[in-house]
Amino acid sequence: MIRFIIRRFFQMILVLFIVSLMVFLLSSFTGDPVYMLLPPDATLEEIADMRILLGLDKPLYVQYAIFLQNILKGDFGNSYVYNKPALGLILERMPATMEVVAVSTIITILIALPLGVFAGSNPKSTGSKSIMFGSLIGISLPSFLVGMLLIYLFSVTLGWLPTSGRSIPAITASGKKTYFTINELRHVLLPSITLALGQVAMLIRLLKAGLQETMQKDFIKFAKSKGVSRRNIVFGHALRNALTSTITVFGLSIGDLIAFTTITETIFAWPGMGRLLLTSINVSDRPVIIVYIMVVSVIFVVINFFVDILYTVIDPRIKLN
Amino acid sequence: MKRFFESEFFYNYRKSFSAVFGSVIIFLALVIGLIGPFVVPQNPYDQKQTDLSNAYLPPMWEEEGRAEFPLGTDGQGRDMLSVIVYGSRISLLIGISVTVISCVIGTFLGVFAGYKGGKTDSFIMRVADIQLSFPSMLIALFIMAIFGSGIEKLIVTLSFVGWVMFARTIRGETLSVKNQEYIQAAHVLGYSDWRILFRHVLPNVTTPLIVLFTNKIGNVILTEASLSFLGVGVPVTQPSLGLLVKNGFDVLFSGLWWVSLLPGLYIMLLVFGINLLGDFLKDELNPQLN
Repeated sequence: MIRFIIRRFFQMILVLFIVSLMVFLLSSFTGDPVYMLLPPDATLEEIADMRILLGLDKPLYVQYAIFLQNILKGDFGNSYVYNKPALGLILERMPATMEVVAVSTIITILIALPLGVFAGSNPKSTGSKSIMFGSLIGISLPSFLVGMLLIYLFSVTLGWLPTSGRSIPAITASGKKTYFTINELRHVLLPSITLALGQVAMLIRLLKAGLQETMQKDFIKFAKSKGVSRRNIVFGHALRNALTSTITVFGLSIGDLIAFTTITETIFAWPGMGRLLLTSINVSDRPVIIVYIMVVSVIFVVINFFVDILYTVIDPRIKLN
Repeated sequence: MKRFFESEFFYNYRKSFSAVFGSVIIFLALVIGLIGPFVVPQNPYDQKQTDLSNAYLPPMWEEEGRAEFPLGTDGQGRDMLSVIVYGSRISLLIGISVTVISCVIGTFLGVFAGYKGGKTDSFIMRVADIQLSFPSMLIALFIMAIFGSGIEKLIVTLSFVGWVMFARTIRGETLSVKNQEYIQAAHVLGYSDWRILFRHVLPNVTTPLIVLFTNKIGNVILTEASLSFLGVGVPVTQPSLGLLVKNGFDVLFSGLWWVSLLPGLYIMLLVFGINLLGDFLKDELNPQLN
């Protein structure tokens, strides 16, 4: 186990190294940041000075070495727009993004798990068929459309929930921060549902397919003939086996969730990393884009790492190599 | 052909309401995309045909709607029906061409990796694994952010992230096919590797390919729509359905719902039709689940 973890750890480092190289190469091929930083009437001398200041006068591999060195020190340079450390800007907005991701993951599991297990264990029933039909609509809906329909229904027409923004944890008179207030919940609800819907539909389909396949295996038939109760068969024998494939895909889909926060945060004006990424893309704020890619890559690599470990906990037959 | 119409597959297809319904949607969408521009009331991107004074008219069934603009108009006074038809052409063009390109590249690499084995195999699959550990939409978003919007760029980018699923599936299928006796027989007959690959291996891995292909089109259309919605997909001059939704988003809060929600619903209907057919094909061509 320890050897496996160490090996996977070095693999993680390797992947992050490759990502940093790709990011560096891609960003150095595109546009010269000098012209974005200086006014259009800058003299040649000013341009040359700026190039030296940014280290752009050195050969590419030296630039990469410096880039890598700075990354390891946690220094990604300052945002061109805010003139503050780019890493700080991203980290400041991370809690907001994680809040939506967490709430929508909870929603996803609460809804998809029971529905998926039901659909998978009674695949021929009407209930299962309507669940599957619903999930097919769910995976056909673009997530921005979900968000807009929710806004139109609950905010514009009914006026029940706020259209956008996040309620920041307030500090009460006693100096304590108030978390999870009703107001906060009202704000986080629509973005989370928007983010969760596609995931719910996907998880239901995965669980159903996995369970349905497992229910036809010989060991299930054996358990049936032994007289094990239906409940026990589904929850004791089948579900565990069906979960292995589901967990891999679901682990990866947390990555998708983070990707789709860019859309959700844009629609709901949610002050998270995704919205910062988009505004930075629009103004070519390269340091911020690079930090975002690196931070998100670290998150994905870590998620994959834990999914692999979780895998072996659920299914001990999988050898660690 | 006669054999196809008498097959069990075709029988099940006719009996399946959702599969036929899905095919009808796909067929109609293709027809609309092909001949739509000749039928719709106006070319929305010809400024001589649009009139700013017609801006934001609601669909004809609403109180102030007019029959000449059945689905209302947008902020430039363009007829929404025409705008959606033009936009759907771009969405379909990108969806289909990206799927074809990633299918060709992915299948080639997958068959090659599975058949060759060894270092080639582990290299291709390692690349695929690393790429797969990042959400494809995010990779596409980064690349488009760096290179800027454009239809060709979008097609290249989405194909670049799309080949992986094809390669993985086809490689798995190839592995299970390559040790079959008929392949060994072909080896014994002294056929070249390429001939075995294309004449003997490839035809036997096409079933999962069909399923994957169908589902991928819907998937690509959704990804393209999302990227265009974020403003990093198609250029403003050639709006796809996703960009139309983005353009109408700002006025949604003032209750002008048709400008953004109608193109959005069209995307949903289109992808739903593709998924209905894809779902049927998956169940039908995957004998494990019967």
